[in-house]
Amino acid sequence: MQSKYHGVVHWKLQRISAIAMIPLVIWFVSSLIFSLINSYDQSVAWLQNPLNATGLVLLFGTLYFHAASGLQVVIEDYVHNEGLKIMSLILIKLLSILLGVLSILCVLKIYL
Amino acid sequence: MAEFALPKHSKIVKGIDYPINSEAENTKKINVYRWSPDDDENPRIDSYNIDLDQCGPMVLDALIKIKQEIDSSLTFRRSCREGICGSCSMNIDGTNTLACLKSIDDVKGDINIYPLPHMEVIKDLVPDLSKAYEQLTSVKPWLQSKSDPENGKSRKQSPKEREKIDGLWECVLCFSCSTSCPSYWWNGDKYLGPAVLLQAYRWIADSRDENTEQRLEELEDSFKLYRCHTIMNCTKTCPKGLNPAKAIGEIKKLQLERK
Repeated sequence: MQSKYHGVVHWKLQRISAIAMIPLVIWFVSSLIFSLINSYDQSVAWLQNPLNATGLVLLFGTLYFHAASGLQVVIEDYVHNEGLKIMSLILIKLLSILLGVLSILCVLKIYL
Repeated sequence: MAEFALPKHSKIVKGIDYPINSEAENTKKINVYRWSPDDDENPRIDSYNIDLDQCGPMVLDALIKIKQEIDSSLTFRRSCREGICGSCSMNIDGTNTLACLKSIDDVKGDINIYPLPHMEVIKDLVPDLSKAYEQLTSVKPWLQSKSDPENGKSRKQSPKEREKIDGLWECVLCFSCSTSCPSYWWNGDKYLGPAVLLQAYRWIADSRDENTEQRLEELEDSFKLYRCHTIMNCTKTCPKGLNPAKAIGEIKKLQLERK
């Protein structure tokens, strides 16, 4: 599984996505507390604001990317059976793409 | 998957307890891991009670005393007995260190001594380090240069350039750090480990070496270098007070600047 996406590139992207998530998560959690948990209508209105929708799409993108690259490291560390390793690495990539696309489409559905 | 339980043959059993013969007042019990390839026995812990008034101050002194006076079959590596050769690295009181630099008084209660963790054992406290030495050779730990020295004799280095290898050249290659690293335990066949990476950086940081780019290129690998997850066990355990984690961090920084 040696592609261009390994070594320093993987290491760098993992850190960049971690740093990007700091403001995004702070923003999202504070939005949750202050405006999203009050009522259904208010939450929908919040999501229809283009800035909020953009933020949420960015958050989901970074989140699933970061989760996938973190889990990849964990699997490389501990799974030593080559077949099982490749299978779980592919599974994690597919699953994170699936969940990422699904989450972003959900945001878009409400926004549009 | 990772193996979390020891194989049946590796389970440690209780061994012989050698009582003290004299009427010594200042005694200490030393529990030592014993295993021999010559029989089919499981590894065991033998306990030696020694008179501290008749023993030198360091754990290595106690081991030598045991070998000379109680049990000559006890096997361990040692040479310089002053922290320069790196031979007597072992796990003492739960921490990898050099037996010659570890004071007996620093250990409260019994002293437990095991070989360096997660290495094949050759006998008793002697681990098989041949794989680690192979990895060391792979980073070419010697000066590489294409150009001739300026005056045909020596390569000059300013005091400032020389400073950059302080904290690196002092490494005695005892492999206490590598064998304390969980990442090295799980992936020691592919991950180079802190000791070897510190050596690699020692030559990367040396202003006289002209092969820096090639050295960095060879380390740019998700297993050789990036299995380091900054656990910091290496720095915590180093008996010479060096900082392999920082050296690895510097290599990662240089990789970032290259790409």
